[in-house]
Amino acid sequence: MEKTVELNRLGLALADYKGKPSTLCPGCGHNAISNQIQAAIWELGLAPEKVMKISGIGCSSKSPNYFLNRSFGFNGLHGRMPTLATGASFGDSSVKILGISGDGDTASIGMGHFKHVIRRNVPMVYIIENNGCYGLTKGQFSATTDQGLVLKHQGVNLLPPLDLCMEALISGAPFVARTFSGDVKQMKELIKAALSQNGVAVIDVISPCVTFNNRDEALQSYSWGREHEAPIQGIAHFSKREDMQVENFEEGTYREIQLQDGSYMVLKKIDKDYDPTDRHAALDLLTESYKYHYFATGLIYFSEVPPSIQAQYDLPEEPLNRLSSDRLRPSKESLEAINVSLY
Amino acid sequence: MLETTQMSPQGNERIVNEVCMAICTVNGSGSATANNILYRSLFRMGILTSGKNIFPSNIKGLPTWFVIRASARGYTGRIVHDDVVVAMNPATIQKDATYILDGGVLFYADHLEKPEIKDKEVIFYPMPIKALMKQVDVPRNLQSYMENMLYVGIVGQVLRIPEEILKATIDHQFRGKPAIAESNFNIVKLGFQYALENIEKKDHFYLEQLPELKDYILTDGNNAGALGSLYGGVQFCAWYPITPATSLVESAIEQVGKLRKDPKTGKNTCVILQVEDELAAAGATLGAGWAGLRAMTSTSGPGISLMTENIGLAYFSETPMVIWDVQRVGPSTGLPTRTAQGDLSMIYTLGHGDTKHVILIPGTVTECFEFGWRSLDIAEKYQTPIFVLSDLDLGMNTWVTKRFEFPNQPIERGKIVWEEKLEKFKDWGRYKDLDGDGIPYRTVIGNLSEKAAYFARGTGHDEYGNYSEDPKNWSDMLGRIGLKLNGVVKDLPGPIIRRAKADADIGIIGMGSTHDAMIEAQDLLAEMGIQADYMRVRALPANTVVREFIASHARNYVVELNRDGQLRQILSLEISEYSEKLISISEIGGLPLTAAWTAEKIFAKEKHNGKNR
Repeated sequence: MEKTVELNRLGLALADYKGKPSTLCPGCGHNAISNQIQAAIWELGLAPEKVMKISGIGCSSKSPNYFLNRSFGFNGLHGRMPTLATGASFGDSSVKILGISGDGDTASIGMGHFKHVIRRNVPMVYIIENNGCYGLTKGQFSATTDQGLVLKHQGVNLLPPLDLCMEALISGAPFVARTFSGDVKQMKELIKAALSQNGVAVIDVISPCVTFNNRDEALQSYSWGREHEAPIQGIAHFSKREDMQVENFEEGTYREIQLQDGSYMVLKKIDKDYDPTDRHAALDLLTESYKYHYFATGLIYFSEVPPSIQAQYDLPEEPLNRLSSDRLRPSKESLEAINVSLY
Repeated sequence: MLETTQMSPQGNERIVNEVCMAICTVNGSGSATANNILYRSLFRMGILTSGKNIFPSNIKGLPTWFVIRASARGYTGRIVHDDVVVAMNPATIQKDATYILDGGVLFYADHLEKPEIKDKEVIFYPMPIKALMKQVDVPRNLQSYMENMLYVGIVGQVLRIPEEILKATIDHQFRGKPAIAESNFNIVKLGFQYALENIEKKDHFYLEQLPELKDYILTDGNNAGALGSLYGGVQFCAWYPITPATSLVESAIEQVGKLRKDPKTGKNTCVILQVEDELAAAGATLGAGWAGLRAMTSTSGPGISLMTENIGLAYFSETPMVIWDVQRVGPSTGLPTRTAQGDLSMIYTLGHGDTKHVILIPGTVTECFEFGWRSLDIAEKYQTPIFVLSDLDLGMNTWVTKRFEFPNQPIERGKIVWEEKLEKFKDWGRYKDLDGDGIPYRTVIGNLSEKAAYFARGTGHDEYGNYSEDPKNWSDMLGRIGLKLNGVVKDLPGPIIRRAKADADIGIIGMGSTHDAMIEAQDLLAEMGIQADYMRVRALPANTVVREFIASHARNYVVELNRDGQLRQILSLEISEYSEKLISISEIGGLPLTAAWTAEKIFAKEKHNGKNR
């Protein structure tokens, strides 16, 4: 008997969104991220040709190989993914950008570019696959490694970690989220919501490195994460408003937010009322969660999206990379006028 | 010491349309406008002229010099000594006066201490700047600016620039602002009248009207490069400010809104983005090039150092982009406001591993325009980063140059394939050499075909862009890239050659903006009894014409502004069978080349070789 394959609204199966087999370590947190990216984009009904994936260097940055074979990709330079994304974003702005990076890639060498791509509001989903160490170079501390962590060959990390969600918030990102490779449902919904915006959306994914940094007491380990994860809210993304009737939400316990492409995000209260549009609350949450060592996950901050960088240039609707040459060269008459003015 | 082609005044002889004048002022005082008016006036009189700005790395208050060399014979390269000095800076007047030739002239603001000059005959023209300024009502913030306009009138009158020419130049300078033009002209006229009524001309230097230079314009290389890029269809430029490259992109920013509106929709077709550093400039430009946009950036030596890693990625991922290097003195921070030709070696093989790049080397402002658009075509055709090597002298000084010619060929996009054409390929891969010329077909984002996507990377890859560590794969891939770029020579501008008037044993070789000095040196050498053919290299890799030139001379002197003789080194590498025919003549001080120095050095070497006739 023929097995029915579920198709999305484009008539594509999940398999149409796959990449090559992963060569990352079995159990690597990044594999969960790859799977959820694939699932999220399929569920959204985005064509793979309408997504591009840009990465830096590291285990994180190898992961784009493992999803979306039919999407253009560029595995660039260590720390420099945002600069490639910035330039590429002008080629065809109907192609969504997935920027994949790691904690080494972003929090050290790439810190400057990270801040500036946010400041510029380049429309992209910026995913940091954060395992608190350097994986591909085999186990050095990163700038997000917890203070006091001990790693083989490295000794004790004496320096406090940077908080990339905090950094994103300070730089003005209109969408800041933190999630965990052990909470794939939340991750998928956040990715879907992030892709629905026309601005920069930062998702810090705590993604354990099973080979170099997975000891129980480590901040970025599976066990610590599972034990201490404290989602700040429940999240669900809906492409259409009609789909929301399917879930029965109790009055007063949820909040619906319409995203830029017309889709919806529903935030469900867990214990406390957390308002992700309150910047001060977000700053407090991040400060407190580090201080008291609890693992806040979910949508940390969300604001109205400022104009994207493209909006500042009054560009044609058509993709810039499709304009025919005759539309790119000024006229002969205009050059004559210039020659006259320079005499 | 050999004193070039300057003519020493004898008796009552008039020296017409041959004068070198140094105007010594304080930077930030508004002297640039005054200097430009004098310069432009000479141009409008049909006299070939150069104007070189020697300025400090500073905003206000330090000495600055503007040297105008008018030469109807066409010798407008730098010379060390001056016929005329206009001294407005008390801090430097004593030293400035030492540069005046015997029989020369010193105009000086009379509130400055008159220098004592014992060893030569100098004609002094004191200028009562302060006294004249008292006659006009000028706002305080324009005082020093207007003082400079006074010397325009005084010097102009003494050298016999007609008043109408000065007026026409001022009207052009302030076109669209008649009130400002008038107030400026009034000050100039005040100085002019003063000189007419009070100064008895004792010097020999006269400026006389020649036929109009109607095939010429006056502008700087950076403006030309910006315009060339805009006419070349550049669509994206990410940049970071650095002297002396900043004005290239700023020129583009000023003109892009007017020149680059889509004729169909009226929207903008070119994005210029200032970014956080040169790494971002190179990275964003690379990202745009990869995404199918014609992309360019502009920087100087220190910026090229920062861009190195990204360029290597562009080279190996085979992504088109254009990088302008407007050179300044290095190494390190160097002399940011001085000129040099010292980045050639670095750029030739920029990047770790085996990288070798295409370099265009403009030598005139007009060539800056031409190479601005050609570089974009070559980059896209060969799917590679390509460099345009200019320098501070060419980029930031205003030159008398041939009018810009509209590009004589359509925009070349190279082998970009979209959906329809891609379907026709049986087995396409991003890095497959389907035509045998080493140049693959590339697809770009937005292509809706299922087959179009590939994963670009700087790591080892096979013909489909898949990750590969296979040794043969690496070697074949890098080999094909090398082969691809060997083929570029046919699309590069060949050298410019100026033959000696008689058979020449020796060749003199240069590049870039030393052109005017080289021509003068060639003629000086002829006067000294040495016939030399001159060749100006305009691109690397060098073509067969360059090879033949070198082969056909017993000795070739490679003249350049750097310490190690970088062009000579590279030509020795490329044309290794004739490397002993290449002799280095190089110096690095930060000032433009002089013909006298060049001719002297070559003469001395020729004498040493027993070849002096």
